[in-house]
Amino acid sequence: MRRTLAGWVLILWLLLPLLPLAIWSFARGWRFPDVLPQVWTTDAWAIAFSQRAGVIESLGLTALIAAAVTLAALIIGVPAGRVLGLHEFRGKRAVQVLILAPIIVPGLAVAMGLHGVFSRLGLTNTLAGVMLVHLVPTLPYVILVMAGIFANHETAHEEQARSLGATGAQVFRHVTLPAILPGVMVAGLFCFLVSFSQYALTLLIGGGRVITLPLLLFSSASAGRNDLTGAIALLTILPGLVILLLTARHLTGRNRAITMAGQA
Amino acid sequence: MTALSLHDLTRQFAGAGGLAVDRLTLSVAPGSLTALLGPSGCGKTTVMRMIAGLDTPTAGDVQIGGRSVLGLPPERRGAVMVFQNHLLFPFQTVAENVGFGLRMRHVPKPEIARRVAKMLALVQLPDVGARRPADLSGGQQQRVALARALVVAPQVLLLDEPLSQLDAHLRHDMRDLIRSLQQQLAITTLFVTHDQDEAVMLADRVALMLDGRLRQHDAPAAFYDRPADAAVVRFFGGQNLVPGRAVAGRFDCALGQLALPEGVADGPGLLTIRPESLRPGPGENAVTALVTARSYLGAGVRLTLQVQGTQLQAMLRHDEAAGLGVGDSLLLRLPRQALWVVPPEG
Repeated sequence: MRRTLAGWVLILWLLLPLLPLAIWSFARGWRFPDVLPQVWTTDAWAIAFSQRAGVIESLGLTALIAAAVTLAALIIGVPAGRVLGLHEFRGKRAVQVLILAPIIVPGLAVAMGLHGVFSRLGLTNTLAGVMLVHLVPTLPYVILVMAGIFANHETAHEEQARSLGATGAQVFRHVTLPAILPGVMVAGLFCFLVSFSQYALTLLIGGGRVITLPLLLFSSASAGRNDLTGAIALLTILPGLVILLLTARHLTGRNRAITMAGQA
Repeated sequence: MTALSLHDLTRQFAGAGGLAVDRLTLSVAPGSLTALLGPSGCGKTTVMRMIAGLDTPTAGDVQIGGRSVLGLPPERRGAVMVFQNHLLFPFQTVAENVGFGLRMRHVPKPEIARRVAKMLALVQLPDVGARRPADLSGGQQQRVALARALVVAPQVLLLDEPLSQLDAHLRHDMRDLIRSLQQQLAITTLFVTHDQDEAVMLADRVALMLDGRLRQHDAPAAFYDRPADAAVVRFFGGQNLVPGRAVAGRFDCALGQLALPEGVADGPGLLTIRPESLRPGPGENAVTALVTARSYLGAGVRLTLQVQGTQLQAMLRHDEAAGLGVGDSLLLRLPRQALWVVPPEG
């Protein structure tokens, strides 16, 4: 009983800040000292869903970037995490520090330096450039979560599978992946959300050509369109919420990946 | 023609004392069961892993069916290993576990179902296919692991101490099951164990490994009748080792001049005899022994004896030992055919 109560308090605590956004998205002017707006309208949502505003298009693009970044980060991060979690080698500490570096060093500073490199490579103002730069803040999370998972991973089942006739790829698909799946889900979720809400790196490398949802959000907020800002903000939260609900059963407190990430 | 043969197989790990396996040469006849026997840490498991392709030899060769398999990955060697702890895949049902090897070989589904059912029946677990491994007892899990290995009809079956995690009564059942399945399916098997009783009961041939080296590869009885050296005698629980010299069919030692069986070469050596071969009473090779300790064992009575300053262990029947206590002396016969001489140590 107490647990459910605590749960509801927590949910309320998380949802409360979103309430003004939701109200704003249906308001035409909402001035102090009114408790609620005088006039209700769906104008902001009409604009958000209109072709011209490009909000829906931007939502698709942002999700595409986040999905691609997540896939790439997992392809790089799972093997890297395996090596760090299972093996001892010379210079391991140094490698671990370097992997953490993008989280410790301010992202903007990294991006300033990368901008020069990217423009020489012709990657600035491109979709590929934005995807690539999103790997900078996401990859450390994936590697750390997976290193934690693999630190407790037994390779004996993999050897048994090899001996029974499975190729390396079959072992990964049928034996390793089911064992590390909770970790992969957590790592992927972190990665998707970090990429989805990325503003500074997208603006700097995308040069305003790659318009993701956070960019639209900031521009409408700075234009003073509180109603539209509310609508876009809610759209920005949506994918994270959907993914969270879909993966909820992998994210319980008993999940090793979460405790591992906490310790890392 | 041998099903499995090892030639000068060597494994050197990094660091001092890293020589785990030292020039091991061994062959296993088709359809036979060889026990690879040795104390823990003697390199037996390393040998298995090198045969299975899970470890790479430093030198030497592994041949299966007369062909070197060193260049092949584990899944293409035709040798399937069953580990000490069953290692069933926890995310799969028992039937999926048993069918694993067949699925990896892309065998058609109906055929997999048929062969899995047949194999589960063979290991006397016909009704557990739909259960999860965690719902089975330890003995059942080990039998499922055996079924999972046998179902792919491997050329060579490698069993790494499959009984060591089981309780005593389960161990007997499992041992009998392994032996009967191995003979029924005529599957070439290498069985690793540290238990000499298990080895001699189960195997056609026993290979004893000590400190990474093969000491003796023989029929089980030979380890009692004709041990290769003093270390073999000690590993099999023998303690009777009397230094002396064989000269013209007699052994000259502290016990006196004892008549030897045919075929013992002249020269210095250690005389050995199993405790249970010593018999009370007069006759050839009789000595007078003083009892210095007596302990009751279920099957008989173990006596520690002193003969001319040399200690001997004897195992007598209860009726033979009746009335004998510490401080008594008795006449004891060392039957000629039970004597054997191993090379001196050092």
